[in-house]
Amino acid sequence: MYWSVRRELWESKSIYIAPIAAAALSAIACSVSALRLPERLRAAAPLDPGQQVGIIEGPFDLAGLLIMGVTFLVALFYSLDALHGERRDRSILFWKSLPVSDLTTVLAKASIPMLVLPVLTFGVTSVTQAIVLMVSRAALAGSGVHAEAAWDHFSFWHMEGMLLYHLIGIHGLWYAPFYGWLILVSAWAKRLPILWATLPPIALGLFEKIAFHTSYFAALIGAHFDGGPARSNSAIGASAMSMDALTSPAPSEFLTSPGLWVGLMLTALFLAMAVRLRRQRGPI
Amino acid sequence: MASIEARGLRKRFASTIALDGVDLLVEEGRILGLIGPNGAGKTTALNAIVGLIAYEGELKVLGRDPWTKRDQLMREVCFIADVAVLPRWLRVSEAIDYMEGVHPRFDRAKAERFLAKTAIGRGRTVKELSKGMVAQLHLALVMAIDAKVLVLDEPTLGLDILYRKQFYDALLNDYFDRSRTILVATHQVDEIQNVLTDVVFIDRGRVVFQCSMDELESRYAELTVNPENVSAARALKPMNERERFGRSVLLFGDADRQQLAALGDVRTPSVEDLFVAVVGSRAGQTQGAAV
Repeated sequence: MYWSVRRELWESKSIYIAPIAAAALSAIACSVSALRLPERLRAAAPLDPGQQVGIIEGPFDLAGLLIMGVTFLVALFYSLDALHGERRDRSILFWKSLPVSDLTTVLAKASIPMLVLPVLTFGVTSVTQAIVLMVSRAALAGSGVHAEAAWDHFSFWHMEGMLLYHLIGIHGLWYAPFYGWLILVSAWAKRLPILWATLPPIALGLFEKIAFHTSYFAALIGAHFDGGPARSNSAIGASAMSMDALTSPAPSEFLTSPGLWVGLMLTALFLAMAVRLRRQRGPI
Repeated sequence: MASIEARGLRKRFASTIALDGVDLLVEEGRILGLIGPNGAGKTTALNAIVGLIAYEGELKVLGRDPWTKRDQLMREVCFIADVAVLPRWLRVSEAIDYMEGVHPRFDRAKAERFLAKTAIGRGRTVKELSKGMVAQLHLALVMAIDAKVLVLDEPTLGLDILYRKQFYDALLNDYFDRSRTILVATHQVDEIQNVLTDVVFIDRGRVVFQCSMDELESRYAELTVNPENVSAARALKPMNERERFGRSVLLFGDADRQQLAALGDVRTPSVEDLFVAVVGSRAGQTQGAAV
Protein backbone atom coordinates (compact mmCIF):
# COMPACT_ATOMS: atom_id res chain seq x y z
CA MET A 1 0.00 0.00 0.00
CA TYR A 2 2.79 2.38 0.96
CA TRP A 3 4.54 1.89 -2.36
CA SER A 4 1.31 2.19 -4.28
CA VAL A 5 0.71 5.60 -2.73
CA ARG A 6 4.31 6.63 -3.32
CA ARG A 7 4.06 5.71 -6.94
CA GLU A 8 1.06 8.06 -7.26
CA LEU A 9 3.17 10.89 -5.87
CA TRP A 10 5.94 10.11 -8.36
CA GLU A 11 3.47 10.15 -11.20
CA SER A 12 1.43 13.22 -10.24
CA LYS A 13 3.92 15.70 -8.97
CA SER A 14 1.21 18.37 -9.00
CA ILE A 15 -0.13 16.74 -5.82
CA TYR A 16 2.53 18.54 -3.84
CA ILE A 17 3.87 21.13 -6.25
CA ALA A 18 0.53 22.93 -6.69
CA PRO A 19 -0.21 23.41 -2.95
CA ILE A 20 3.34 24.54 -2.30
CA ALA A 21 3.21 27.03 -5.16
CA ALA A 22 -0.14 28.35 -3.91
CA ALA A 23 1.30 28.58 -0.40
CA ALA A 24 4.35 30.50 -1.55
CA LEU A 25 2.15 32.92 -3.48
CA SER A 26 -0.23 33.50 -0.59
CA ALA A 27 2.61 33.77 1.96
CA ILE A 28 4.15 36.57 -0.07
CA ALA A 29 0.81 38.32 -0.60
CA CYS A 30 -0.12 38.08 3.07
CA SER A 31 3.26 39.28 4.20
CA VAL A 32 2.96 42.34 1.99
CA SER A 33 -0.50 42.94 3.43
CA ALA A 34 0.79 42.42 6.98
CA LEU A 35 3.17 45.33 6.56
CA ARG A 36 0.11 47.58 6.47
CA LEU A 37 -1.53 45.80 9.40
CA PRO A 38 -0.60 48.43 12.01
CA GLU A 39 -2.25 51.11 9.88
CA ARG A 40 -5.47 49.15 9.56
CA LEU A 41 -5.53 48.32 13.25
CA ARG A 42 -5.04 51.98 14.09
CA ALA A 43 -8.00 52.86 11.88
CA ALA A 44 -10.02 50.12 13.58
CA ALA A 45 -9.07 51.31 17.05
CA PRO A 46 -12.62 52.48 17.92
CA LEU A 47 -13.95 48.95 17.35
CA ASP A 48 -14.01 46.45 20.16
CA PRO A 49 -11.33 43.71 20.26
CA GLY A 50 -13.79 41.09 19.05
CA GLN A 51 -14.12 42.97 15.78
CA GLN A 52 -10.48 43.88 15.56
CA VAL A 53 -9.59 40.21 15.55
CA GLY A 54 -11.28 39.97 12.17
CA ILE A 55 -8.67 42.29 10.72
CA ILE A 56 -5.91 40.06 12.01
CA GLU A 57 -7.56 36.89 10.84
CA GLY A 58 -8.46 38.09 7.37
CA PRO A 59 -5.16 37.26 5.64
CA PHE A 60 -5.00 33.86 7.34
CA ASP A 61 -8.41 32.93 5.99
CA LEU A 62 -7.54 34.12 2.52
CA ALA A 63 -4.25 32.21 2.52
CA GLY A 64 -6.03 29.08 3.66
CA LEU A 65 -8.78 29.52 1.08
CA LEU A 66 -6.36 29.95 -1.78
CA ILE A 67 -4.38 26.83 -0.89
CA MET A 68 -7.50 24.78 -0.28
CA GLY A 69 -9.05 25.93 -3.52
CA VAL A 70 -5.95 24.88 -5.43
CA THR A 71 -5.71 21.48 -3.76
CA PHE A 72 -9.42 20.89 -4.31
CA LEU A 73 -8.92 21.40 -8.03
CA VAL A 74 -5.87 19.15 -7.97
CA ALA A 75 -7.93 16.48 -6.20
CA LEU A 76 -10.73 16.68 -8.79
CA PHE A 77 -8.42 16.42 -11.78
CA TYR A 78 -6.31 13.74 -10.14
CA SER A 79 -9.38 11.59 -9.49
CA LEU A 80 -10.63 12.06 -13.02
CA ASP A 81 -7.35 10.74 -14.42
CA ALA A 82 -6.66 8.13 -11.73
CA LEU A 83 -7.71 4.97 -13.59
CA HIS A 84 -7.85 6.52 -17.04
CA GLY A 85 -4.23 7.54 -17.50
CA GLU A 86 -2.84 4.06 -16.94
CA ARG A 87 -5.18 2.64 -19.56
CA ARG A 88 -4.43 5.44 -22.01
CA ASP A 89 -0.66 4.96 -21.90
CA ARG A 90 -1.00 1.14 -21.71
CA SER A 91 1.07 1.08 -18.52
CA ILE A 92 -1.80 -0.83 -16.90
CA LEU A 93 -0.23 -3.90 -18.52
CA PHE A 94 2.91 -3.27 -16.50
CA TRP A 95 1.11 -2.54 -13.23
CA LYS A 96 -1.04 -5.62 -13.63
CA SER A 97 2.04 -7.78 -14.18
CA LEU A 98 2.98 -7.15 -10.55
CA PRO A 99 1.55 -8.80 -7.45
CA VAL A 100 -0.59 -5.80 -6.49
CA SER A 101 -4.33 -6.36 -6.32
CA ASP A 102 -6.87 -4.12 -8.02
CA LEU A 103 -8.30 -3.33 -4.59
CA THR A 104 -4.95 -2.07 -3.30
CA THR A 105 -4.44 0.01 -6.42
CA VAL A 106 -7.88 1.64 -6.27
CA LEU A 107 -7.63 2.30 -2.53
CA ALA A 108 -4.17 3.83 -2.97
CA LYS A 109 -5.52 6.10 -5.68
CA ALA A 110 -8.60 7.01 -3.62
CA SER A 111 -6.45 7.84 -0.61
CA ILE A 112 -4.78 10.67 -2.53
CA PRO A 113 -7.78 13.04 -2.67
CA MET A 114 -9.41 11.69 0.50
CA LEU A 115 -6.45 11.57 2.86
CA VAL A 116 -3.07 12.54 1.42
CA LEU A 117 -4.15 15.87 -0.06
CA PRO A 118 -6.08 17.07 3.03
CA VAL A 119 -3.16 16.23 5.32
CA LEU A 120 -0.67 17.75 2.91
CA THR A 121 -2.83 20.85 2.58
CA PHE A 122 -2.95 21.15 6.33
CA GLY A 123 0.82 20.96 6.59
CA VAL A 124 1.42 23.49 3.85
CA THR A 125 -1.28 25.85 5.08
CA SER A 126 -0.17 25.83 8.69
CA VAL A 127 3.42 26.55 7.71
CA THR A 128 2.19 29.42 5.55
CA GLN A 129 0.04 30.76 8.34
CA ALA A 130 2.90 30.51 10.81
CA ILE A 131 5.01 32.62 8.46
CA VAL A 132 2.20 35.18 8.09
CA LEU A 133 1.81 35.19 11.87
CA MET A 134 5.48 35.97 12.40
CA VAL A 135 5.43 38.73 9.81
CA SER A 136 2.30 40.26 11.37
CA ARG A 137 3.81 40.17 14.82
CA ALA A 138 7.03 41.68 13.62
CA ALA A 139 5.18 44.44 11.73
CA LEU A 140 3.13 45.27 14.81
CA ALA A 141 6.08 45.21 17.17
CA GLY A 142 7.93 47.61 14.91
CA SER A 143 5.01 50.04 14.61
CA GLY A 144 4.27 50.63 18.28
CA VAL A 145 0.53 50.00 17.80
CA HIS A 146 -0.88 48.22 20.82
CA ALA A 147 -3.45 45.58 20.00
CA GLU A 148 -2.97 43.09 22.80
CA ALA A 149 -6.69 42.97 23.41
CA ALA A 150 -7.32 41.87 19.85
CA TRP A 151 -4.50 39.31 19.96
CA ASP A 152 -6.07 37.86 23.09
CA HIS A 153 -9.06 36.92 20.97
CA PHE A 154 -6.84 35.31 18.38
CA SER A 155 -5.58 31.79 18.92
CA PHE A 156 -3.23 30.36 16.33
CA TRP A 157 -3.54 26.81 17.66
CA HIS A 158 -7.31 26.95 17.74
CA MET A 159 -7.27 28.15 14.14
CA GLU A 160 -4.99 25.31 13.08
CA GLY A 161 -7.12 22.78 14.92
CA MET A 162 -10.23 23.99 13.10
CA LEU A 163 -8.32 23.91 9.84
CA LEU A 164 -7.34 20.28 10.31
CA TYR A 165 -10.89 19.39 11.33
CA HIS A 166 -12.28 21.15 8.28
CA LEU A 167 -9.82 19.52 5.89
CA ILE A 168 -10.25 15.97 7.14
CA GLY A 169 -13.98 16.35 7.74
CA ILE A 170 -15.12 18.27 4.70
CA HIS A 171 -12.41 17.79 2.09
CA GLY A 172 -11.62 14.22 3.07
CA LEU A 173 -14.85 12.61 4.25
CA TRP A 174 -17.68 14.87 3.18
CA TYR A 175 -16.45 15.25 -0.41
CA ALA A 176 -15.44 11.57 -0.66
CA PRO A 177 -18.43 10.58 -2.84
CA PHE A 178 -17.45 13.20 -5.43
CA TYR A 179 -13.94 11.77 -5.65
CA GLY A 180 -15.34 8.23 -5.66
CA TRP A 181 -17.61 9.11 -8.56
CA LEU A 182 -14.75 10.65 -10.53
CA ILE A 183 -12.53 7.62 -9.92
CA LEU A 184 -15.34 5.33 -11.06
CA VAL A 185 -15.79 7.35 -14.24
CA SER A 186 -12.05 7.30 -14.83
CA ALA A 187 -12.13 3.51 -14.66
CA TRP A 188 -15.05 3.29 -17.03
CA ALA A 189 -14.77 6.02 -19.66
CA LYS A 190 -12.86 5.25 -22.81
CA ARG A 191 -12.51 8.87 -23.76
CA LEU A 192 -13.17 12.28 -22.21
CA PRO A 193 -13.85 11.22 -18.62
CA ILE A 194 -14.59 14.84 -17.76
CA LEU A 195 -17.71 14.74 -19.94
CA TRP A 196 -18.83 11.37 -18.59
CA ALA A 197 -18.37 12.68 -15.07
CA THR A 198 -20.40 15.82 -15.55
CA LEU A 199 -22.96 15.25 -18.29
CA PRO A 200 -24.95 12.33 -16.78
CA PRO A 201 -25.65 14.16 -13.52
CA ILE A 202 -26.60 17.29 -15.47
CA ALA A 203 -28.80 15.22 -17.76
CA LEU A 204 -30.45 13.57 -14.77
CA GLY A 205 -31.11 16.96 -13.20
CA LEU A 206 -32.58 18.31 -16.44
CA PHE A 207 -34.70 15.21 -16.91
CA GLU A 208 -36.15 15.65 -13.45
CA LYS A 209 -36.73 19.34 -14.06
CA ILE A 210 -38.55 18.76 -17.34
CA ALA A 211 -40.46 15.63 -16.36
CA PHE A 212 -41.51 16.52 -12.82
CA HIS A 213 -40.81 20.26 -12.59
CA THR A 214 -38.70 19.63 -9.53
CA SER A 215 -35.00 19.82 -8.90
CA TYR A 216 -34.37 17.60 -5.92
CA PHE A 217 -31.41 15.90 -7.56
CA ALA A 218 -29.63 19.16 -8.39
CA ALA A 219 -30.44 20.51 -4.93
CA LEU A 220 -29.10 17.36 -3.32
CA ILE A 221 -25.82 17.53 -5.19
CA GLY A 222 -25.56 21.27 -4.61
CA ALA A 223 -26.27 20.98 -0.90
CA HIS A 224 -23.69 18.25 -0.50
CA PHE A 225 -21.16 20.26 -2.42
CA ASP A 226 -21.81 23.23 -0.14
CA GLY A 227 -20.78 21.21 2.85
CA GLY A 228 -24.07 20.17 4.46
CA PRO A 229 -24.28 20.77 8.20
CA ALA A 230 -21.10 22.80 8.10
CA ARG A 231 -23.04 25.44 6.24
CA SER A 232 -26.47 25.15 7.82
CA ASN A 233 -24.92 25.51 11.24
CA SER A 234 -22.68 28.43 10.55
CA ALA A 235 -23.76 31.38 12.64
CA ILE A 236 -22.61 34.11 10.26
CA GLY A 237 -23.47 32.22 7.09
CA ALA A 238 -19.90 31.86 5.97
CA SER A 239 -19.31 29.34 3.24
CA ALA A 240 -18.19 25.88 4.21
CA MET A 241 -15.03 26.51 2.27
CA SER A 242 -13.97 28.97 4.94
CA MET A 243 -12.26 27.53 7.94
CA ASP A 244 -13.17 30.54 10.03
CA ALA A 245 -12.59 29.49 13.59
CA LEU A 246 -15.90 30.95 14.72
CA THR A 247 -18.18 29.24 12.24
CA SER A 248 -17.58 25.53 12.25
CA PRO A 249 -20.08 22.79 12.99
CA ALA A 250 -19.84 20.84 16.17
CA PRO A 251 -18.17 17.49 15.60
CA SER A 252 -21.15 15.71 17.13
CA GLU A 253 -23.49 17.28 14.60
CA PHE A 254 -21.12 16.56 11.73
CA LEU A 255 -20.65 12.93 12.69
CA THR A 256 -24.35 12.28 13.11
CA SER A 257 -25.47 13.93 9.89
CA PRO A 258 -26.97 11.38 7.50
CA GLY A 259 -25.40 13.19 4.56
CA LEU A 260 -21.96 12.14 5.73
CA TRP A 261 -22.80 8.47 6.12
CA VAL A 262 -24.86 8.16 2.95
CA GLY A 263 -21.99 9.85 1.17
CA LEU A 264 -19.46 7.43 2.59
CA MET A 265 -21.60 4.47 1.62
CA LEU A 266 -21.88 5.81 -1.91
CA THR A 267 -18.11 6.26 -1.94
CA ALA A 268 -17.61 2.63 -0.95
CA LEU A 269 -20.03 1.55 -3.69
CA PHE A 270 -18.30 3.68 -6.35
CA LEU A 271 -14.88 2.36 -5.35
CA ALA A 272 -16.05 -1.25 -5.32
CA MET A 273 -17.38 -0.78 -8.84
CA ALA A 274 -14.08 0.84 -9.85
CA VAL A 275 -12.18 -2.19 -8.51
CA ARG A 276 -14.35 -4.51 -10.61
CA LEU A 277 -13.92 -2.37 -13.68
CA ARG A 278 -10.17 -2.18 -13.31
CA ARG A 279 -10.02 -5.92 -13.16
CA GLN A 280 -11.85 -6.23 -16.47
CA ARG A 281 -10.54 -3.27 -18.38
CA GLY A 282 -7.40 -3.31 -20.45
CA PRO A 283 -5.60 -0.57 -22.31
CA ILE A 284 -7.62 1.73 -24.55
CA MET B 1 3.93 -30.64 -12.40
CA ALA B 2 2.65 -28.76 -15.41
CA SER B 3 3.27 -25.04 -15.19
CA ILE B 4 0.44 -24.14 -17.52
CA GLU B 5 -2.53 -26.32 -18.25
CA ALA B 6 -5.41 -25.26 -20.46
CA ARG B 7 -8.31 -27.37 -21.57
CA GLY B 8 -10.99 -26.15 -23.95
CA LEU B 9 -9.98 -22.54 -23.44
CA ARG B 10 -12.45 -20.22 -25.14
CA LYS B 11 -12.76 -16.48 -25.40
CA ARG B 12 -15.36 -14.62 -27.32
CA PHE B 13 -15.26 -10.90 -27.95
CA ALA B 14 -18.29 -8.98 -29.18
CA SER B 15 -18.09 -10.08 -32.79
CA THR B 16 -15.22 -12.55 -32.98
CA ILE B 17 -14.16 -15.80 -31.40
CA ALA B 18 -10.57 -15.21 -30.34
CA LEU B 19 -9.95 -18.62 -28.75
CA ASP B 20 -11.90 -21.59 -29.97
CA GLY B 21 -11.11 -24.39 -27.57
CA VAL B 22 -7.37 -24.26 -26.99
CA ASP B 23 -5.66 -27.16 -25.23
CA LEU B 24 -2.19 -26.47 -24.00
CA LEU B 25 0.14 -28.24 -21.63
CA VAL B 26 3.46 -26.67 -20.71
CA GLU B 27 5.72 -28.63 -18.40
CA GLU B 28 8.18 -27.04 -16.02
CA GLY B 29 11.53 -26.19 -17.58
CA ARG B 30 10.30 -25.75 -21.15
CA ILE B 31 10.66 -22.75 -23.44
CA LEU B 32 7.58 -22.78 -25.58
CA GLY B 33 7.09 -20.60 -28.62
CA LEU B 34 3.51 -19.71 -29.41
CA ILE B 35 3.56 -18.89 -33.07
CA GLY B 36 0.75 -17.68 -35.24
CA PRO B 37 -0.27 -15.10 -37.80
CA ASN B 38 -1.72 -11.75 -36.75
CA GLY B 39 -5.07 -12.12 -35.06
CA ALA B 40 -4.59 -15.84 -34.42
CA GLY B 41 -5.34 -15.45 -30.72
CA LYS B 42 -1.79 -15.42 -29.33
CA THR B 43 -2.23 -12.30 -27.23
CA THR B 44 -5.65 -13.40 -26.05
CA ALA B 45 -4.24 -16.72 -24.90
CA LEU B 46 -1.38 -15.05 -23.05
CA ASN B 47 -3.71 -12.48 -21.49
CA ALA B 48 -5.89 -15.28 -20.17
CA ILE B 49 -2.81 -17.03 -18.76
CA VAL B 50 -1.68 -13.97 -16.82
CA GLY B 51 -5.16 -13.14 -15.56
CA LEU B 52 -5.91 -10.06 -17.61
CA ILE B 53 -9.12 -11.37 -19.16
CA ALA B 54 -11.91 -13.71 -18.20
CA TYR B 55 -12.35 -16.89 -20.24
CA GLU B 56 -14.43 -20.01 -20.60
CA GLY B 57 -12.95 -23.44 -20.15
CA GLU B 58 -10.33 -24.73 -17.80
CA LEU B 59 -7.05 -22.96 -17.13
CA LYS B 60 -4.54 -23.47 -14.37
CA VAL B 61 -1.22 -21.68 -14.06
CA LEU B 62 0.99 -23.13 -11.32
CA GLY B 63 -2.18 -24.78 -10.09
CA ARG B 64 -4.12 -21.52 -9.74
CA ASP B 65 -6.94 -19.86 -11.63
CA PRO B 66 -5.36 -16.72 -13.10
CA TRP B 67 -8.58 -14.71 -13.40
CA THR B 68 -9.51 -14.88 -9.74
CA LYS B 69 -6.01 -15.06 -8.26
CA ARG B 70 -4.05 -12.67 -10.43
CA ASP B 71 -2.31 -10.77 -7.67
CA GLN B 72 -1.13 -13.96 -5.93
CA LEU B 73 -0.09 -15.57 -9.17
CA MET B 74 1.98 -12.57 -10.16
CA ARG B 75 4.41 -13.31 -7.35
CA GLU B 76 5.57 -16.28 -9.37
CA VAL B 77 4.66 -15.30 -12.89
CA CYS B 78 6.28 -12.47 -14.80
CA PHE B 79 4.83 -10.87 -17.86
CA ILE B 80 6.24 -8.59 -20.52
CA ALA B 81 3.24 -7.51 -22.54
CA ASP B 82 4.88 -5.43 -25.16
CA VAL B 83 7.91 -3.26 -25.64
CA ALA B 84 6.21 -0.09 -24.53
CA VAL B 85 4.21 -0.57 -21.36
CA LEU B 86 6.53 1.02 -18.84
CA PRO B 87 4.96 4.35 -17.87
CA ARG B 88 6.80 7.24 -19.48
CA TRP B 89 7.12 9.29 -16.31
CA LEU B 90 8.82 6.52 -14.33
CA ARG B 91 12.43 7.10 -13.30
CA VAL B 92 14.80 4.13 -13.46
CA SER B 93 15.64 4.46 -9.77
CA GLU B 94 11.93 4.71 -8.91
CA ALA B 95 11.21 1.57 -10.92
CA ILE B 96 13.78 -0.36 -8.91
CA ASP B 97 12.55 1.06 -5.59
CA TYR B 98 8.97 0.26 -6.45
CA MET B 99 9.68 -3.30 -7.57
CA GLU B 100 11.64 -3.91 -4.40
CA GLY B 101 8.73 -2.49 -2.41
CA VAL B 102 5.90 -4.50 -3.95
CA HIS B 103 7.52 -7.71 -5.15
CA PRO B 104 8.59 -10.24 -2.53
CA ARG B 105 10.82 -12.13 -4.98
CA PHE B 106 12.58 -9.13 -6.52
CA ASP B 107 16.35 -9.05 -6.07
CA ARG B 108 17.61 -5.48 -6.23
CA ALA B 109 21.28 -6.42 -6.57
CA LYS B 110 20.48 -8.58 -9.57
CA ALA B 111 18.60 -5.79 -11.29
CA GLU B 112 21.47 -3.39 -10.62
CA ARG B 113 23.87 -5.92 -12.10
CA PHE B 114 21.86 -6.29 -15.29
CA LEU B 115 21.49 -2.54 -15.62
CA ALA B 116 25.21 -2.01 -15.10
CA LYS B 117 25.78 -3.84 -18.38
CA THR B 118 23.64 -1.27 -20.22
CA ALA B 119 24.01 2.44 -20.77
CA ILE B 120 20.86 3.25 -18.79
CA GLY B 121 21.36 5.96 -16.16
CA ARG B 122 19.51 5.70 -12.84
CA GLY B 123 18.18 9.23 -12.99
CA ARG B 124 16.63 8.95 -16.45
CA THR B 125 12.91 8.63 -16.97
CA VAL B 126 11.46 6.08 -19.36
CA LYS B 127 10.51 8.74 -21.88
CA GLU B 128 14.15 9.77 -22.19
CA LEU B 129 15.24 6.23 -23.08
CA SER B 130 15.33 4.75 -26.56
CA LYS B 131 12.95 1.95 -27.38
CA GLY B 132 15.73 -0.61 -27.10
CA MET B 133 16.77 0.73 -23.70
CA VAL B 134 13.21 0.54 -22.42
CA ALA B 135 13.14 -3.13 -23.41
CA GLN B 136 16.48 -3.65 -21.65
CA LEU B 137 15.16 -1.95 -18.53
CA HIS B 138 11.99 -4.01 -18.51
CA LEU B 139 13.95 -7.21 -19.02
CA ALA B 140 16.36 -6.28 -16.23
CA LEU B 141 13.43 -5.69 -13.87
CA VAL B 142 11.80 -8.97 -14.83
CA MET B 143 14.95 -11.07 -14.74
CA ALA B 144 15.66 -9.86 -11.22
CA ILE B 145 12.45 -11.58 -10.12
CA ASP B 146 12.83 -15.16 -9.04
CA ALA B 147 9.75 -16.31 -10.95
CA LYS B 148 8.66 -19.75 -12.03
CA VAL B 149 6.91 -18.72 -15.22
CA LEU B 150 7.83 -15.95 -17.61
CA VAL B 151 5.32 -14.90 -20.25
CA LEU B 152 6.49 -12.76 -23.15
CA ASP B 153 4.18 -11.29 -25.77
CA GLU B 154 6.12 -10.01 -28.78
CA PRO B 155 8.87 -8.79 -26.44
CA THR B 156 11.15 -7.52 -29.18
CA LEU B 157 8.66 -5.99 -31.60
CA GLY B 158 10.11 -2.90 -33.25
CA LEU B 159 13.62 -3.34 -31.85
CA ASP B 160 16.66 -3.48 -34.09
CA ILE B 161 18.48 -6.74 -34.70
CA LEU B 162 21.21 -6.10 -32.12
CA TYR B 163 18.77 -5.47 -29.30
CA ARG B 164 16.66 -8.46 -30.34
CA LYS B 165 19.62 -10.78 -30.27
CA GLN B 166 20.84 -9.34 -26.98
CA PHE B 167 17.39 -9.77 -25.49
CA TYR B 168 17.20 -13.49 -26.18
CA ASP B 169 20.86 -14.05 -25.29
CA ALA B 170 20.34 -12.44 -21.90
CA LEU B 171 17.20 -14.47 -21.38
CA LEU B 172 18.94 -17.74 -22.13
CA ASN B 173 22.29 -17.15 -20.49
CA ASP B 174 21.42 -15.12 -17.42
CA TYR B 175 17.90 -16.20 -16.64
CA PHE B 176 16.78 -19.54 -17.88
CA ASP B 177 17.44 -22.64 -15.86
CA ARG B 178 15.62 -25.95 -15.92
CA SER B 179 13.26 -24.96 -13.13
CA ARG B 180 11.72 -22.03 -14.96
CA THR B 181 9.17 -22.05 -17.73
CA ILE B 182 9.11 -19.50 -20.50
CA LEU B 183 6.22 -18.90 -22.85
CA VAL B 184 6.88 -16.55 -25.73
CA ALA B 185 4.48 -15.44 -28.42
CA THR B 186 5.85 -13.94 -31.58
CA HIS B 187 5.65 -14.02 -35.30
CA GLN B 188 9.34 -13.44 -35.78
CA VAL B 189 9.84 -17.17 -35.92
CA ASP B 190 13.41 -17.48 -37.16
CA GLU B 191 14.81 -15.46 -34.28
CA ILE B 192 13.62 -17.66 -31.50
CA GLN B 193 14.05 -20.95 -33.27
CA ASN B 194 17.30 -21.75 -31.45
CA VAL B 195 15.94 -20.66 -28.11
CA LEU B 196 12.89 -22.89 -27.95
CA THR B 197 12.38 -26.40 -26.65
CA ASP B 198 8.80 -26.61 -27.97
CA VAL B 199 6.64 -24.94 -30.58
CA VAL B 200 2.91 -24.50 -30.82
CA PHE B 201 1.26 -23.06 -33.90
CA ILE B 202 -2.00 -21.30 -33.34
CA ASP B 203 -4.34 -20.18 -36.07
CA ARG B 204 -7.80 -18.66 -35.83
CA GLY B 205 -8.15 -19.49 -32.18
CA ARG B 206 -7.07 -23.13 -32.41
CA VAL B 207 -3.87 -25.00 -31.81
CA VAL B 208 -3.04 -26.46 -35.23
CA PHE B 209 0.35 -28.00 -34.51
CA GLN B 210 2.55 -28.73 -31.56
CA CYS B 211 5.76 -30.60 -31.04
CA SER B 212 9.09 -30.38 -29.27
CA MET B 213 12.16 -29.25 -31.11
CA ASP B 214 13.75 -32.69 -30.68
CA GLU B 215 10.71 -34.25 -32.22
CA LEU B 216 10.79 -31.71 -35.01
CA GLU B 217 14.32 -32.73 -35.90
CA SER B 218 13.61 -36.43 -35.93
CA ARG B 219 10.19 -36.40 -37.55
CA TYR B 220 10.31 -33.70 -40.18
CA ALA B 221 12.53 -33.50 -43.20
CA GLU B 222 12.85 -31.05 -46.02
CA LEU B 223 13.86 -32.40 -49.37
CA THR B 224 15.30 -30.32 -52.19
CA VAL B 225 14.47 -32.66 -55.01
CA ASN B 226 16.68 -33.40 -57.97
CA PRO B 227 14.59 -32.51 -61.04
CA GLU B 228 14.44 -36.04 -62.36
CA ASN B 229 12.99 -37.35 -59.06
CA VAL B 230 10.13 -34.91 -58.61
CA SER B 231 7.33 -37.29 -59.36
CA ALA B 232 8.88 -40.04 -57.26
CA ALA B 233 9.15 -37.61 -54.34
CA ARG B 234 5.57 -36.43 -54.78
CA ALA B 235 4.43 -40.01 -54.58
CA LEU B 236 5.69 -40.07 -50.95
CA LYS B 237 2.95 -37.56 -50.04
CA PRO B 238 4.74 -34.42 -48.89
CA MET B 239 2.96 -32.04 -46.53
CA ASN B 240 3.88 -29.08 -48.63
CA GLU B 241 5.67 -28.18 -51.79
CA ARG B 242 7.29 -24.94 -52.89
CA GLU B 243 9.85 -23.65 -55.34
CA ARG B 244 13.30 -22.40 -54.48
CA PHE B 245 15.84 -21.34 -57.10
CA GLY B 246 13.93 -23.28 -59.67
CA ARG B 247 13.94 -26.51 -57.70
CA SER B 248 11.08 -28.10 -55.85
CA VAL B 249 11.34 -28.21 -52.08
CA LEU B 250 9.13 -30.76 -50.40
CA LEU B 251 8.37 -31.05 -46.71
CA PHE B 252 7.75 -34.46 -45.22
CA GLY B 253 6.51 -35.64 -41.87
CA ASP B 254 7.40 -39.09 -40.58
CA ALA B 255 9.26 -40.02 -43.73
CA ASP B 256 12.24 -42.32 -44.05
CA ARG B 257 15.28 -40.05 -44.36
CA GLN B 258 17.34 -42.58 -46.22
CA GLN B 259 14.65 -43.05 -48.79
CA LEU B 260 14.47 -39.27 -49.22
CA ALA B 261 18.24 -38.90 -49.44
CA ALA B 262 18.19 -40.94 -52.61
CA LEU B 263 15.96 -38.32 -54.25
CA GLY B 264 17.86 -35.14 -53.37
CA ASP B 265 19.30 -33.05 -50.51
CA VAL B 266 17.67 -33.63 -47.13
CA ARG B 267 17.79 -31.27 -44.19
CA THR B 268 15.79 -30.48 -41.09
CA PRO B 269 13.20 -27.82 -41.88
CA SER B 270 13.23 -24.54 -40.00
CA VAL B 271 10.28 -23.68 -37.78
CA GLU B 272 9.42 -21.05 -40.31
CA ASP B 273 9.20 -23.59 -43.13
CA LEU B 274 7.06 -25.81 -41.02
CA PHE B 275 4.85 -22.89 -40.06
CA VAL B 276 4.33 -21.92 -43.66
CA ALA B 277 3.56 -25.54 -44.52
CA VAL B 278 1.04 -26.05 -41.72
CA VAL B 279 -0.64 -22.68 -41.38
CA GLY B 280 -0.18 -21.62 -44.99
CA SER B 281 -1.91 -24.73 -46.28
CA ARG B 282 -4.81 -24.11 -43.89
CA ALA B 283 -5.16 -20.60 -45.23
CA GLY B 284 -5.09 -22.00 -48.77
CA GLN B 285 -7.83 -24.46 -47.93
CA THR B 286 -10.21 -21.86 -46.67
CA GLN B 287 -9.45 -19.53 -49.54
CA GLY B 288 -10.16 -22.40 -51.90
CA ALA B 289 -13.36 -23.14 -50.06
CA ALA B 290 -14.43 -19.52 -50.27
CA VAL B 291 -13.94 -19.48 -54.02
